[in-house]
Amino acid sequence: MTEGVLINKNEIESKLEVVIKPGSFTGESAGEMAEVVLIPKKEIDIKVEADVITPDAFAGKNAEEIGNLEVWQGPKTYPLSEFFEVIGNGGSSAAETLIRMKGDAMRIKRIGEGMSAGKIEIEGSAGMHVGTEMKGGEIVVCGDADSWAGMEMTGGLLHIKGNAGDHVGCAYRGKWHGMKGGRIVIEGSARHQLGGGMDGGEIIVEGNVESFCGIRQNGGLIFVKGGALRAVGAEMAGGTIVIGGKIERFSPGFEFASMENSVKCGEVELIGDFKKFTGDYAISKRAKGALYVVADANPEL
Amino acid sequence: MAGTIAIKNGYVFDPLNEVNGEIMDVFIKDGKIVRELSAAELKNAKVIDASGMTVMPGGVDSHSHVAGAKVNAGRSMRPEDHYKATLQKTALTHSGSGYTVPSVYKQGYDYAAMGYTTVFEAAIPPLEARHTHEEMRATPLLDMGGYLILGNNFFLMRYLRDGDIEKAAAYVAWMMKTHKSYGIKCVNPAGVENWGWGKNVHSLDEANIHFEITPRETIKGLSEINELLGMPVPLHLHANNLGHPGCFTITEDSLKILDGVKPRQNMDVEWAETKMDSTRDCSVYLAHMMFNSFAGTTWGDCESGVKDIAAYINNKDHVVIDSGCTPFGEATVMTGDGPAIQDMYKLTGNKWSNTDVEMEGGSGVIPFTYFKSNPVHSLQWAMGLECLLLINDPWKTIMTTDSPNGGPFTKYPEVMTWIMSETFRKQTFSECHKWANDRSELGGINRELSLYDLAILTRANPARTIGMAHRKGSLGVGADGDVTVYNINPQQLDPNNYEALLQAFRKAEYTVKDGEIVSVKGEIVSLPEKRTYYSEVHVENEREKEMLVDVKEWFRYYTLGFANYPTPEKYLANPTPIKVNGER
Repeated sequence: MTEGVLINKNEIESKLEVVIKPGSFTGESAGEMAEVVLIPKKEIDIKVEADVITPDAFAGKNAEEIGNLEVWQGPKTYPLSEFFEVIGNGGSSAAETLIRMKGDAMRIKRIGEGMSAGKIEIEGSAGMHVGTEMKGGEIVVCGDADSWAGMEMTGGLLHIKGNAGDHVGCAYRGKWHGMKGGRIVIEGSARHQLGGGMDGGEIIVEGNVESFCGIRQNGGLIFVKGGALRAVGAEMAGGTIVIGGKIERFSPGFEFASMENSVKCGEVELIGDFKKFTGDYAISKRAKGALYVVADANPEL
Repeated sequence: MAGTIAIKNGYVFDPLNEVNGEIMDVFIKDGKIVRELSAAELKNAKVIDASGMTVMPGGVDSHSHVAGAKVNAGRSMRPEDHYKATLQKTALTHSGSGYTVPSVYKQGYDYAAMGYTTVFEAAIPPLEARHTHEEMRATPLLDMGGYLILGNNFFLMRYLRDGDIEKAAAYVAWMMKTHKSYGIKCVNPAGVENWGWGKNVHSLDEANIHFEITPRETIKGLSEINELLGMPVPLHLHANNLGHPGCFTITEDSLKILDGVKPRQNMDVEWAETKMDSTRDCSVYLAHMMFNSFAGTTWGDCESGVKDIAAYINNKDHVVIDSGCTPFGEATVMTGDGPAIQDMYKLTGNKWSNTDVEMEGGSGVIPFTYFKSNPVHSLQWAMGLECLLLINDPWKTIMTTDSPNGGPFTKYPEVMTWIMSETFRKQTFSECHKWANDRSELGGINRELSLYDLAILTRANPARTIGMAHRKGSLGVGADGDVTVYNINPQQLDPNNYEALLQAFRKAEYTVKDGEIVSVKGEIVSLPEKRTYYSEVHVENEREKEMLVDVKEWFRYYTLGFANYPTPEKYLANPTPIKVNGER
């Protein structure tokens, strides 16, 4: 469980028709995939930095070689086999490698970091930085994802079936260029600073978000089906944000532009009654961000 | 025996001794260059076989921002600069991180890996001298020193306005001792004081608020003090209007102020043997010339003004410049010129910081990225190289990136290769915006510097200009045993093969410091002691007393007590005072 993730099960009933095309984020289907199963051996205390858990690193290796890959725990390195039983061999390429992580991986960080192809399925929840900088392929997290999921990713599909923490698809601390491509789908809710500094790609959230969604966004699409707390699109200079539910506190630097009955952005098409705002003019007068809110859910705007 | 080594059969480039690629042996005994080693000494000495390789004195950087409050502000405001650039610890070396603003350890190792052994911090605000020395003390492998920011100092502005040059000189002498610093740095003279009131100065004859002193008077006064005291360094000038289109005129006019000033370097030191006269022969050091060389009136019509300043410098003999090249990519801009940082914030919208250094100056930091696709950035790249190629005499130029303002010092190999290889320049022209070619003269320059020229620009001239040639920048008998061996065979040197040059400059085959091998192919292998140099300027007791009466009286405006102001020697690694004779 992501500690303290806001779970808001109140489904927002809005008259919103959503068409999301599957897109080609995961690349060419490789057909038959070799399967590597990771079964946790023990409870983990200090979180493990396991950026080696990628189809790229597993490809061309047998179970023993995969078990010998090094991971960090605190100041020390250990073989991956210290924490996981490894069953099965990697495929001959990343695209032909499927990794199944059994059990809960909440204390395993950086799963799938920088992966270019192939697939990772996590049965439980994933620790911080899952799919960070991923370039291609697919990650499915059946539980929740801790903070920094899909940080600065450039391609591929990151599918989180539960809730996500802070900084989804965001830029690293201090930087203002986050996700550049690919798609993140969150079936639950996410917390603060989703899509911070986002340059491209798509983030789709079925539930709600909290503060500073799309802060410093430069491009791409953020679509939140539910509501948002405050500061949506703060300092955004470009890109598109669509909020299906209510924005509790609207950002002051946006100006009403027009009423729209559809939004089309990349592979996503939305039909409904939208109020379109542009901004954020709080700092730059040249900002080109577009913020759509569903009219029914935000009558006071 | 530690510090004793023979470097044999290399092609030696030692411009201060007019050695141009001769095959020679270099001998070092107890850390100093000697004529030869006896048979017994040779038996115990380490030997480097440098046959087929290039041998130069250790690299000397005369202008780099490597220590102190603004560098540390850059580190703390840029986590994104650190998380990808990491260095793991080894049994010998410390861990580190940072690309444009590395931690002190990484900084020392990275410089040494490239063959540098001496680096001078470009700007020390007196109030931050302790902090600066703490960081210099912790920076491994490099002999260091730094210039004290005095161009907007309350005490000096009042003395200069009142025409009391003797007290002003006594103050400077006392400040050098008090803060263990090496030379006078003058940043946006008279302008930074105005910045405390939200203003700046824009011409050499515009008087600032309250002190009623002009940039011209400040430059002239500080230079007069500099030569009166016989400082090792010429006046280290960061001219007014830096980074503004059209600033090249004020830059040239600033240089004109000091035409005819007789350089008077009056140091009591042991001089290494050199064929050339290794005392400084210039009266002004123009720092990061590129940033002060914009022509035009706006960013829309700006172009290079380097050719005009270069033409002036070619006709005069009192100026040495460092280039301040911008090799594209990430940088962190940091300067004592507070208003210049605010201007850059307005341009970029980046995060930034600004500090008012009480009665002494200002400071600011802002991250910056130079893009090949950006017209102005591409022009700046061309202008930086023009500075080094349009000034004919290599003894008037020094290669820098004003690290990390134009780019980190780890990009020096790129700059060295651009000035040595027209092919590499053409390659970059093809990748960057056309303004680089259309608005500068770089495209028409086919000059390619030789290894001998490079040794002048990166060793001999920085050392001579800042008054360190008595022990640095040459391989003369008595000089410090600092040597770089590059894996470049001058007989087979092909400037068109720029990849090979880049490789060779990025990781020196050997870096030798005080006769000890400190790095081999970029890997640090030993950590000998380092030194910190400062000017111990003699001034008559009576005069110092008179001056201190004023200083103590005005000191109540500081936020700290007088007794806590000085930087004690314990803040320095191997403090090495250089006796400057002053009025003796």
